[in-house]
Amino acid sequence: MPANAFNGRTDYGIGIGLRVPHYTHILEQKPVVDWFEIISENFMCGGGRPLQILDQILEQYRVVQHGVSMYFGSADKPDREHLKRLKALVKRTQTPWLSDHLCWGSVDGTYTHDLLPMPYTVAAAKRTAEKIRQVRDFLEVPICVENVSSYAEFHVSDMTEWEFLTEVVERADCGILLDVNNIYVSSQNHSFNPYDYLNGVPHHRVGQMHIAGHTQFEKYILDTHDHPVLDPVWKLYAHATRLCGVTATLLEWDDRIPSFNEVHDEALKANEFIADAQTAQKKTPARRTRAA
Amino acid sequence: MRKLPKRKRPPVAPARLDSTRALREFQRLMKDAVTRPLAPGHLMQKVWSDGRSTAEVVEGFVKPNDRLTAFERLQIYNRMYWFRIIDSFYEDAPGLRAALGEKQFSTLATAYLTKNPSRSFTLRNLCSRLEEFIRTQPRWTAPRTALAREIARFEWAQTMAFDEASHPVIAPADFARTSPARLKLGLQPYVRLLALEHPVDNYVLAVKRRDALRAEASNATAAEHSEARLRRVPLPRRERVWVAVHRVDNRLYYKRLELPAFKILTALRDGQTLNRAVAAAGRGVTAEQVQDWFALWTTLGWLCRRE
Repeated sequence: MPANAFNGRTDYGIGIGLRVPHYTHILEQKPVVDWFEIISENFMCGGGRPLQILDQILEQYRVVQHGVSMYFGSADKPDREHLKRLKALVKRTQTPWLSDHLCWGSVDGTYTHDLLPMPYTVAAAKRTAEKIRQVRDFLEVPICVENVSSYAEFHVSDMTEWEFLTEVVERADCGILLDVNNIYVSSQNHSFNPYDYLNGVPHHRVGQMHIAGHTQFEKYILDTHDHPVLDPVWKLYAHATRLCGVTATLLEWDDRIPSFNEVHDEALKANEFIADAQTAQKKTPARRTRAA
Repeated sequence: MRKLPKRKRPPVAPARLDSTRALREFQRLMKDAVTRPLAPGHLMQKVWSDGRSTAEVVEGFVKPNDRLTAFERLQIYNRMYWFRIIDSFYEDAPGLRAALGEKQFSTLATAYLTKNPSRSFTLRNLCSRLEEFIRTQPRWTAPRTALAREIARFEWAQTMAFDEASHPVIAPADFARTSPARLKLGLQPYVRLLALEHPVDNYVLAVKRRDALRAEASNATAAEHSEARLRRVPLPRRERVWVAVHRVDNRLYYKRLELPAFKILTALRDGQTLNRAVAAAGRGVTAEQVQDWFALWTTLGWLCRRE
């Protein structure tokens, strides 16, 4: 959806991740970019260069916060100190929405610093939704949860990943950050049809999309974010855009990062698929969708 | 008969996941599997902590697919965990790595990270307990434990100086307004004071320069690369130094201090009044010296008002 309750009713275009190798280029050349996504944890510090750079970026650009350590799916309660730091950053950036992953990564206060897959059960969905609500109430900002890529499935799961995602977001009444690359990666690793996934999620809750590159190994695919977006992912993105409408989209490129222009040009390729989706929507009468 | 301590029951895979308790048990088991140290060849260990085969334990909760066994699927996460935290550890401790050499540093990394898994949402804090670990378990760094401790302290101080908070600096008017007997100045949290038995500041700087040269050489010819790679930075000899690790314009700096200046700053950091802090410097310090130091510290923005 172009603008909905889950992305703060904003209509952001195509953004890229704010990364250290690009700082000088951005601050000196001031390129035109719709928005930057920042990794919240990189700026949840007391001061110094990270916050100085962030403040300079905020003077000129729109910024959206994306987290990697909230671990909505962990059995542990949310860490209040962590939430306080995050809230201070939310106030600083004025992010219209905040995203983090539908995963877990810590237990009993020990952190793995990974985005570990959830067991897909109703009990896990209930617990996860409860935490999302607690975090949203504390931060007072809309939340979108992102589907992760995964390499393992569990015996205890009794639903598909997209059913679990739907269960969580409906219970939490939150948005979805739909990562189409992650859907593709998981579909290849777990042998499901990625289009079933896309068709199966509540489209009116999608507040943002992610695209990225991945690496194919002999027996599995790894979500490496170190390549341009591959064709099957662009095709999924086109399908997702037709289903959800033109949505704020972000290219993730986190390793072997090329020049700013190369990353930005890759992100802007999304425009082609957005235009196709818009043309297709004009040709067909609008479908009724649930209001967000 | 002496009572044996109660053995912690290892987590087991729940047959059904229908409660938060079962979710926690499931996550404990998977965390244990993901964080177990790797076997040689960067592979998952074949034997579980209780003597069973790891494959048997993993098959209890992870599904295989048509290409990978349950063991192989979980091994992806086990390897990624270690590669990620080892990378972070190496990045934060280049001086310690240079001092210990590749093999000993790698053994220390695994021992430390196994005993001290991350307890923070950020990898920035990964080395926060390293000095303590080296102190209490000297076998990993012998025979260079004293030096290793100091380098670990120094490198952790760098992490702190880089992004700790800064408070509003003290205004000259504050000096005039309050009596020195009552004036409590604070030291900026990002200024880290270190009393060292080795000139570790120079050593770490030399290692950084060598590594920068090494990075440049990687774009140059193979011969230059090889020469840069082989150059060892000489280990520092014993010499007492007092250093402040700090930042100016958000760049890291190391500043050597005279012992009386170090004592004054330490007293201010610990909450002493201005009068008491100056007295801590001891005899033989002139008023002019103290004035010069305070002028410099004020210019550097090190002093703030203590609330």
